[in-house]
Amino acid sequence: MSGHHGALTRGASIHGLYQPGHSRVHLLNPTAKMLGLVVFVTLVAVTPRTAVAALSANAVVVALVMVVSKLPARMVLGRLAAVVPFVAFGLLLPFIGTGTRVHVGAISLSVDGLWASWNIVAKAVIGAGAAIAVTSTTAITDLLSGLERLKVPAVLVAIAAFMVRYVDLVVGELARMRIAMVSRGHDPRWLWQIRPIAASLASVFVRTYERGERIHLAMLSRGYDGSLPVTRDVEPLRTSELCVGLLPAAIAFAGLAIVLWP
Amino acid sequence: MGVIVAMHAPDGFLDPSVAVVTAILSLAILGDCLSKCSGELQDHQIPLAGVSAAFIFSAQMFNFPVAAGTTGHLLGGALAAVLLGPYLGSLVVAIVVVVQAFLFADGGISALGYNLLNMAIVPAFGGWAMFVLARKVLPANRSGVVVAAGLASAASVVAASVAFSIEWLFGASAPVPFDTVFSAMVGVHALIGIGEGVVSAMVVAGVLASRPDLVAGASDLELSQLENPAPIGLRAFVLGGVLLAAVLGAVVSQFAFDDPDGLERVAIDNGFMDSAANHWFGGSLFADYATRGIGNERLSLAVAGLAGAALALVVAYGMFAAARWPRLQRGSV
Repeated sequence: MSGHHGALTRGASIHGLYQPGHSRVHLLNPTAKMLGLVVFVTLVAVTPRTAVAALSANAVVVALVMVVSKLPARMVLGRLAAVVPFVAFGLLLPFIGTGTRVHVGAISLSVDGLWASWNIVAKAVIGAGAAIAVTSTTAITDLLSGLERLKVPAVLVAIAAFMVRYVDLVVGELARMRIAMVSRGHDPRWLWQIRPIAASLASVFVRTYERGERIHLAMLSRGYDGSLPVTRDVEPLRTSELCVGLLPAAIAFAGLAIVLWP
Repeated sequence: MGVIVAMHAPDGFLDPSVAVVTAILSLAILGDCLSKCSGELQDHQIPLAGVSAAFIFSAQMFNFPVAAGTTGHLLGGALAAVLLGPYLGSLVVAIVVVVQAFLFADGGISALGYNLLNMAIVPAFGGWAMFVLARKVLPANRSGVVVAAGLASAASVVAASVAFSIEWLFGASAPVPFDTVFSAMVGVHALIGIGEGVVSAMVVAGVLASRPDLVAGASDLELSQLENPAPIGLRAFVLGGVLLAAVLGAVVSQFAFDDPDGLERVAIDNGFMDSAANHWFGGSLFADYATRGIGNERLSLAVAGLAGAALALVVAYGMFAAARWPRLQRGSV
């Protein structure tokens, strides 16, 4: 978060997340993929930190899915940056952790801290990697219909759909205001110079809300009756597709079962 | 920034039991919110809630300066509650959090329980409670709403950090004691809350200037009360300042009291006390602390008081400026 421009002018776009392709992962039923993602990530989160082999196997599974999907490594690494702050916190733990300590050369490290560090780094990377693998291979509209099929209330999915549809517009509006301010010599460095930024936020909120009002009127004039029409036919979820989607979760479950079996 | 430790926590950051309990709690509360605003959501509110979610999402990407080139960004939970009401506000922020987890891998999917609680529910409802409380003491005009929104936003960030610390108490995934986490988190977020409070107050002031009907937190006021750009009264200013100083004072003194304990414990546990690093701590600070405990406590109290007063002054100035801000011309920046 250095500099004054931030994520806005780096061209972050919600519609740039999907990497079109024709791999087996791309073609898999979106509901199966999302269900597989949720179950897999939950199983990873409950895997004990001492199960190094099981967690490593899960990481390999995520990497394999990415390879099969032919995802560009640069893109994956760039998006994994979301977990960097937590990885940094995790790497700090061996130094600030309490309990028994081991000495590596002149450095004294907490044993529990080392385990906690491994736990946080491994699970954060596996979980984020799995989410990246699914969102990079699934169109956003399919993700949203997948959420609906996973019994998320239709009203919430509709709100999320509107959000996804208009977020690039709002971000773009803020970015243009920022560029206009910078071009007029705006270079705030301290909190008390914040007024123009707050002004642009307030102005964009009002514009956004009024846009929402116009959208609603336009929808009414086209016959909107309170429920959103299905824009794409959602393919029915076949058992075979579901099994493929749950394959990573099955591997994570097997790892967990081996570890927990007495 | 420390803010990210409380926000957008990844998978496995807290114990699975905490993830399950917070997930049930969050689902129950959000379900209640959904039924509370399902009446209005049936009709025109869906597109409006959607674009509001897009706004909160964008506002979180918009960096603002804090000091000397470092930047922060808005969290927006309390702002959403003031603009849209607590129920719709927390729903909208919850949708933002879920989309961030699924689409951007920003926050773990199995961590959604505590992320929703810390980022959507606690800031929206905690912020709304603070807002209602502040509105009761402050005058019923535009300045009162603006100052209350600022106080609420500042308090909401601190409340979120307290919520995270409590979750850590029950489900720590690392051997870091509760009071260390508590003092670090709450201390850092008291500072972050200043930025959140000042920006939110100014945004509310800007919206009130052009479309006062869009601020749910001011829906009880007549338009004439809001349009009157009365400068903030002495009573409001003093009351607001005292309230703020009390809140910040409580937080900061907690920070100042806890910190030596936490640090000392870490130092002892880590073996700093009898290692070569002894000079670093032992020579002055902790030796004094051990021998002249009471004197040091007073010192820390004084430091806390001074820091609290200074912080309160900064925030009060920001809100004072925001409240007196002349009418915003719509569309101009």
